[in-house]
Parts: sequence; structure tokens; C-alpha cells
Amino acid sequence: MTDEKKTDQKKHEEQLAQLGKTLRSAIPPLREAQPQRDLWPRMLRRMEGAPKISVRWSPLQWIAAVPWFDWALLGAAGAAMFFFPALIPALLYHL
Amino acid sequence: MDLLQRFAAGDLQAFEPLFRQHQQEVHGWVLRIVRDPAAAEDLTVETFWRLYQQRERLDPNSNCAAWLRRVATNLAIDHLRRMRPTEFLVAEPAAGERADCVVQQETRAAIRGAVNELSPKLRSVVQLVLIEEEPYASVAEGLGISLSAVKLRIFRATRILRRKLAERGVRP
Repeated sequence: MTDEKKTDQKKHEEQLAQLGKTLRSAIPPLREAQPQRDLWPRMLRRMEGAPKISVRWSPLQWIAAVPWFDWALLGAAGAAMFFFPALIPALLYHL
Repeated sequence: MDLLQRFAAGDLQAFEPLFRQHQQEVHGWVLRIVRDPAAAEDLTVETFWRLYQQRERLDPNSNCAAWLRRVATNLAIDHLRRMRPTEFLVAEPAAGERADCVVQQETRAAIRGAVNELSPKLRSVVQLVLIEEEPYASVAEGLGISLSAVKLRIFRATRILRRKLAERGVRP
């Protein structure tokens, strides 16, 4: 690594540390947070309340479970990439 | 035979100790992303429900904590997507409040607003890396992406954050 790159990286790390400090002054970290109660009773209710269906879905069930507008969005994105390949980097950037 | 191996082999009695072993860690991780204690509890239960549902397809030799963390992260990001921006970061646990805040109320609101406007993917990385100071490797594992992808997201997020903070008159 050249000296210039090292200096840039050091500067970037310092800026990142400063930004982190600013953010933490407004949004306190929650590292020590614990659940306020035992969640096992809720887990049991979740298990008892669930319908007794097989978890092995067929591909058709998976397709039906996806909302129609997600398929529409996928189709629109596919069409856009096919007709305007130059958009692919822009789409990837926003993923 | 460890708990996950027993559970994957069909021993449902192993689920409760497995839950108790990991619930705190999963809850803490989710809370750091959604910053809403009630939602964090819901998402923790949902994460373990996914584990319960997937038991027949589980790899008994996989890392259970990493699997749970990844599922929990995806659920937390989906939760952030569903939320209206004004709901985010409002609910702070009382213990998280600091009396000795260096910045004024308005500046804090401006900073929260700027973080709030990030996309859920960038917001979660910013919260985990810059606010919670989680190691990059741990965040990468939780998000199921590479270390360089985490760094790229941080790079993009900081660029956007700097611009948004400058618009609000805050200099980091």
C-alpha cells in the first residue's frame, strides 16, 4: 500500500470514528439491553396458535404466497434490464 | 449430541433449551436493529418460529447462532421496511437514555432524522457498525453478506449521512 493510500485510509477511519461519535450522541447504543421478560411462554402460544399445516410447500404454493405486485416489480425490472442494459449498474447500485 | 443435532433429529424436547440458550442474543441483536423493545420481542419469537418450522431441513452441523442471527436480521429489515419513517427510533428504552448528552435536543432530532431517512439495509448497517460498534465480521455474518459488502454499505451510508446532516446544519 502506498503512503498516499495509507493516509487516505487513516483519514477515512478518523472521519468514520467522528461520525460514529456524532450518531451515538443522538442515538444511544443498546449493547446491554436484555428482554424484559422470558419469551418462552409467547413462543409456546405462537406454536400452539399456528395452523397444523405441512411446512413443505410446493413450488406453486411458494409462487402464490408472493404478492402480485412483487411479481409485477420483478417483471418491470427484467424488462427494463432487457430493453435498457445501461440501467443494470444503476439498478445494482440501489440493491 | 448437541441441542441442534437433537432438534434436527426430531427431538422436540430440545427446542426449549435451544430457545433459552439463544433468545437473549437474538433479542439483543434484533433490538439493535429495530430499536423498539416490543417489536424486538415479536421478531425474536418469529425467528425461533422459523427455526421450529425448518427443523426437518436443518443442517445439524450448522452454526445455530449464525443461522438465527441471519434470519433475525432479515426479519428486522423487513420490519423496518414496513414501518413509517416517523415511527423509527422514537421508542428508546429508558435505560438507553443518557443524561449527559453533548448535543442539543434539536441536533439530536436532526441526526435521528438523517439516520431515519436511510434505506433499511443501509440503516441497519449504520446502526450495527457505527452506533453499536459491532465488528464488521459479525455484521457481515448477520446480514449474510461479505465483509467488503459491509464496507461498501458503510461507505455509501456515510456519504448519504454526511449530505443529510449538512442539509440539517449538523457537522459530524
